[in-house]
Amino acid sequence: MAGEFGKPEVVEEEVDILLIGGGMACCGAAYEVMRWAEAAKKENGVDLKIKLVDKAAMDRSGAVAQGLSAINTYIGSEQDPADYARMVSNDLMGITRDDLAYDLGRHVDESVHLFEEWGLPIWKTDENGERHDGSKGLPSLKDGGKPVRSGKWQIMINGESYKWIVAEAAKKALGMDRIQERIFIVKLVNDKNDPSRVAGAVGFSTRDHKVVVYKFKACLLAAGGCVNLFRPRSVGEGQGRAWYPVWNAGSTYAMAAEAGAELTMMENRFVPARFKDGYGPVGAWFLLFKAKAVNALGEVYMDRNKDMLNDYPPYGLAAVPASCLRNHLMLKEMKEGRGPIYMDTVTALAKLKETLSPREVKHLEAEAWEDFLDMCIGQCGIWVGENIEPEKKNSELMPTEPYLLGSHSGCCGIWVSGPEDLGAPTAEEHADAGKIPGHLPSGWSWGYRSMTTVKGLFTAGDGVGASGHKFSSGSHAEGRMCAKSMVKYCLDNKDWKPELDTDVATLVDQIYQPVKTFLEFKDYSTAIDVNPNYITPKMLQFRLQKIMDEYVAGVATYYTTNGHMLAVAEEKLNMLKEDAMKMRAKDLHELLRAWENYHRIITAEAHMKHIQFREESRYPGFYYRMDKNFVDEENWKCFVNSIYDKTTHKWTVFKRKHVDLVDKSKLFKPAAH
Amino acid sequence: MPTFVRTDKCDGCKGQDKTACMYICPHDLMMLDKDGSATGHAMKAYNQEPEQCWECYSCVKICPQQAIEARHYADVVPLGGSVQPLRGTDSIMWTIKFRNGTLKRFKFPIRTTPEGSIDPFGGKPEAKMENITKVGFFNQENGYRAGNPAELIRK
Repeated sequence: MAGEFGKPEVVEEEVDILLIGGGMACCGAAYEVMRWAEAAKKENGVDLKIKLVDKAAMDRSGAVAQGLSAINTYIGSEQDPADYARMVSNDLMGITRDDLAYDLGRHVDESVHLFEEWGLPIWKTDENGERHDGSKGLPSLKDGGKPVRSGKWQIMINGESYKWIVAEAAKKALGMDRIQERIFIVKLVNDKNDPSRVAGAVGFSTRDHKVVVYKFKACLLAAGGCVNLFRPRSVGEGQGRAWYPVWNAGSTYAMAAEAGAELTMMENRFVPARFKDGYGPVGAWFLLFKAKAVNALGEVYMDRNKDMLNDYPPYGLAAVPASCLRNHLMLKEMKEGRGPIYMDTVTALAKLKETLSPREVKHLEAEAWEDFLDMCIGQCGIWVGENIEPEKKNSELMPTEPYLLGSHSGCCGIWVSGPEDLGAPTAEEHADAGKIPGHLPSGWSWGYRSMTTVKGLFTAGDGVGASGHKFSSGSHAEGRMCAKSMVKYCLDNKDWKPELDTDVATLVDQIYQPVKTFLEFKDYSTAIDVNPNYITPKMLQFRLQKIMDEYVAGVATYYTTNGHMLAVAEEKLNMLKEDAMKMRAKDLHELLRAWENYHRIITAEAHMKHIQFREESRYPGFYYRMDKNFVDEENWKCFVNSIYDKTTHKWTVFKRKHVDLVDKSKLFKPAAH
Repeated sequence: MPTFVRTDKCDGCKGQDKTACMYICPHDLMMLDKDGSATGHAMKAYNQEPEQCWECYSCVKICPQQAIEARHYADVVPLGGSVQPLRGTDSIMWTIKFRNGTLKRFKFPIRTTPEGSIDPFGGKPEAKMENITKVGFFNQENGYRAGNPAELIRK
């Protein structure tokens, strides 16, 4: 029976593996899982039922929806996964899991080679050192073709259709009968007989009046990072122009936390310094075009303020200082009144033109524009509106509002089981080990790669914390690793039957509560949006953004906070979380927004609790706890992890020991003082 | 930073149940106004939440009528510029018009294989269960980087 608004049809389905999300990670999993499922059938006689649900359309979903101008993680045959793990660690101020980064580093190029086979054009350098776009038929990377390195780890692509191509392979591998688009999963459900297990997930269709209830043995939760939990710099029409995709609503972190999964490094955030207002990428400008960022007086602030890097040994002393420290040096200029900050595109292009032929100059101009057109068309919108031609006029740079993610230059996320062959710790040996809740695993591996501390719950991409710098290719590879371990998990648990700890009617009521609230109270007032009985998702989001911006180190305070401000934030977030129960949804679109914003609140709360717990300022330039404005290597070079109790709505935050699996000293020059 | 739909070009995807732009928008922004009650333009699509538009251009690129354009966000950008693509099967053409009238055109490749031609497992080996707990994927594409074991200091 077809549902109607407020009375949804309920569809129940049992599968073995559910993939939640349709971005790079789930596309990777979709590709890899089918081959292993075939093997399970052939060799073990087990026929695994697999399904993928995406809240959007896979061709253009996730962080790569718009396209990309570079693949930021390609190791190449000339580099070692250990070099990659070192870079990840230093960029994230020393606290990452080498096991996860190294494992990703040794696998990631396999996915990049597939992308090229499927049709992604990858720029190449010919024997004369000249650059060519990816359609010119030069040898593929797999066959020894030389990529155009814009940095040590980055390679340039013609990536407008990157996601379209990767999705085509995933959709074909899985088959469309295993895929359902426009399904938004909002809640995981634990097992009735074993609360440490996940047994199902519930959500709804954004197109039809339909609630979906899935039961499964294993699921991959890979629904991206979190955007718009802080007040953005643009608050009118431009608020959609977030740096990271505006549809990443923290669903990965919030749903995992509510299911009992251990989170890690949720205090970490990313504040990218980008072209102002359009948030266009700076990587190619810095690395490929060799442009410098300067203050209003034309001074290179990375040189002018370089002594400030010595304040943060050893992370400031690497050849490439940590991203947050580069912001730290920029913020000094802004705070001391030497802004605006500019990317000196004029000088950079003029310098390049000195040695290039007219044909190459034309190509260079096209490359500069393609960098934006492939992945950030909005920045071109700024340039045309403001008459900016990069060879004639410099563009402003600005640090953005904070973002939470685990795949880019950030490392918040979920604590997962790592590989067993890299020498990772197998026990917890530190002073605070006793404060780790007893039901959680010891050491960095508990059997299934990328499984969270909740049995059957896997994650990848932005979901995996304490690593970072996976980007598009690494997220795909990580999804593939999950696929393997989920198949293994299903085989090991083949006789286990999932049972939901909450009955279906209750789950349906919970999901559709915002609709019921609307229908019950809509006629109380004449103005549909002003009604004391409910709050619109939009206003709830504004409240969240105001709290986070003003008290939890947003742009309003130049990224500063302290223990007192965090205590105020905690009180306000608590009330906000209570009021989230009174969200209204006047249609399915608003129901989508209601649940996205609920996920944002839980994610924001985790961020605040972790900053509160970590009594130092580990990421100067991303945030400052002014009451603890230092990096404390002795007490805080450790992971900060947490679990959430969905019944009491309380967080438990604790330390886990950090250990190096590769030698980091190779990165650093000796301290200047 | 919103996209908008031109009334003179949109045909509501000829009355199909969902339009191309509704199908593709990653943020659920595009709507078909079937009876004209929302916009005054029946059977045409519109962006229902412009302030949530990422300006990813997915709708602009997919629209079969080229009826969708972007008017860059009014709270930030001076009027008069436009950035408009025409996406084909192997390349994309961009027409870029500045506020001062300067015009630029670029063409970039977008894929090297025909659309729909990917054969994901063609010529690939089957997976072997004996490898399921080992490193690596079911197939090896010359991209596995084993690494120097001496780098692992705790082994």
